[in-house]
Amino acid sequence: MAEIIVEEKGKKSGKRRPKKHSTRIDMTPMVDLMCLLITFFMLTTAFSKAKVMVITMPEKDQNQDKKDQPQISAARTLNIILAEDDRIYYYKGMADPKKPPLPTLHKTDFSKDGIRKVLLEMNKDLFKKIAEYRDKRLTGKLVVADSTADNEIKRMKKDDRKGPIVLIKADEKAKYKDIVNIIDEMAICNVASYAVVDLNSVELEMLKTAPK
Amino acid sequence: MPKIKAPVRSPHIDMTPMVDLFSVLLIFLLLTASFRPQEAAPITTPPSVSEKQAPDNDIMTIFISKDGLIFFNFDNGKDTSTHFRSKLLAKMGEQYKITFTPKELDKFGKLASFGLPIKDMKTFINAQDSKERDALQKGIPTDSTDNQLAWWIRSARLTNQFAEVAIKGDGDAQYKVVKKIMDLLQENKVNKFNLVTTLMKEEVTLKDLPK
Repeated sequence: MAEIIVEEKGKKSGKRRPKKHSTRIDMTPMVDLMCLLITFFMLTTAFSKAKVMVITMPEKDQNQDKKDQPQISAARTLNIILAEDDRIYYYKGMADPKKPPLPTLHKTDFSKDGIRKVLLEMNKDLFKKIAEYRDKRLTGKLVVADSTADNEIKRMKKDDRKGPIVLIKADEKAKYKDIVNIIDEMAICNVASYAVVDLNSVELEMLKTAPK
Repeated sequence: MPKIKAPVRSPHIDMTPMVDLFSVLLIFLLLTASFRPQEAAPITTPPSVSEKQAPDNDIMTIFISKDGLIFFNFDNGKDTSTHFRSKLLAKMGEQYKITFTPKELDKFGKLASFGLPIKDMKTFINAQDSKERDALQKGIPTDSTDNQLAWWIRSARLTNQFAEVAIKGDGDAQYKVVKKIMDLLQENKVNKFNLVTTLMKEEVTLKDLPK
């Protein structure tokens, strides 16, 4: 392709000589092949890297006194219960059998108008703050390094006093993807504080009578 | 005066340097590429928005298949001369009174993830092909009477104390199994887990805020 062999003219007279062939090898197909291979390897190596989601659990200490446990305000608490067949239930506050009536379980799902709406509603102030900060960076009004921005967002989350404290409780029949989904939902909605904890006996009872 | 004719030249471009360059690039990529290691069971990880990359070295991975089988993987560390895998197996051998020859230890160091009772480990290492190996992979036992996974985790923690823990679970695995493993890890003073996920973008903007 890259080579046009020009026939030599004006040498008609004289003896017949065997035709001279060019000794050059056309490298173009080889280059094509190499290009393909390189693109293939570059693409496959760049995408095979796995992504991870980091989750830190509270330390389990048998010697810890009950009194030492952090007190969380009932008004800010949002309990999310993951049940069978990707169902989610949530209720606000505490379920204390000593203080009836027990809160009712609301059923919802993982859709956009499901649990996300509830979380955004409760976390409105912080979400707005972080979203505006990110917007400022995107539009170029604020020029800071990535790490500075991350620290700033972390600080905003830490200083937050109004957002929900989400307690994620998974039933034995829940699937692994449910828990990943819900933690992911926390990241999407910029929820500052959440924890994965066990279901207690009261909630297990509530779950039995909950609408399917 | 006759015109001076420029000699007709072939518009040939020498491709050889280009080929050389590409060869070098190709060899470089081939050598540096880390191929996806063969896994004992197909695992579809759940999607998430997390963009954090999994660490390359110093990581122990616990695989949970769809039907709740547990597999384990441990890397040789950043400096492969540390041979963490061989050390780990030697520790496990001590625990379960199985003596592995240096050759077996060395061979184990080159294998990937595994999931089988420790008593089958010798056959697993000496197996000739991957088919034979796959037949042995029945998951690591986690019963309370013989919790081998606990010993794998404990020994791995003792072998490489900087190793992080990654959990690669199938989306459809039971939470019960995952919970059991997390509890087990917490007993061994691991409180930070990396859950392996597949990246899926999801954006929520100010417009989505409920009024």
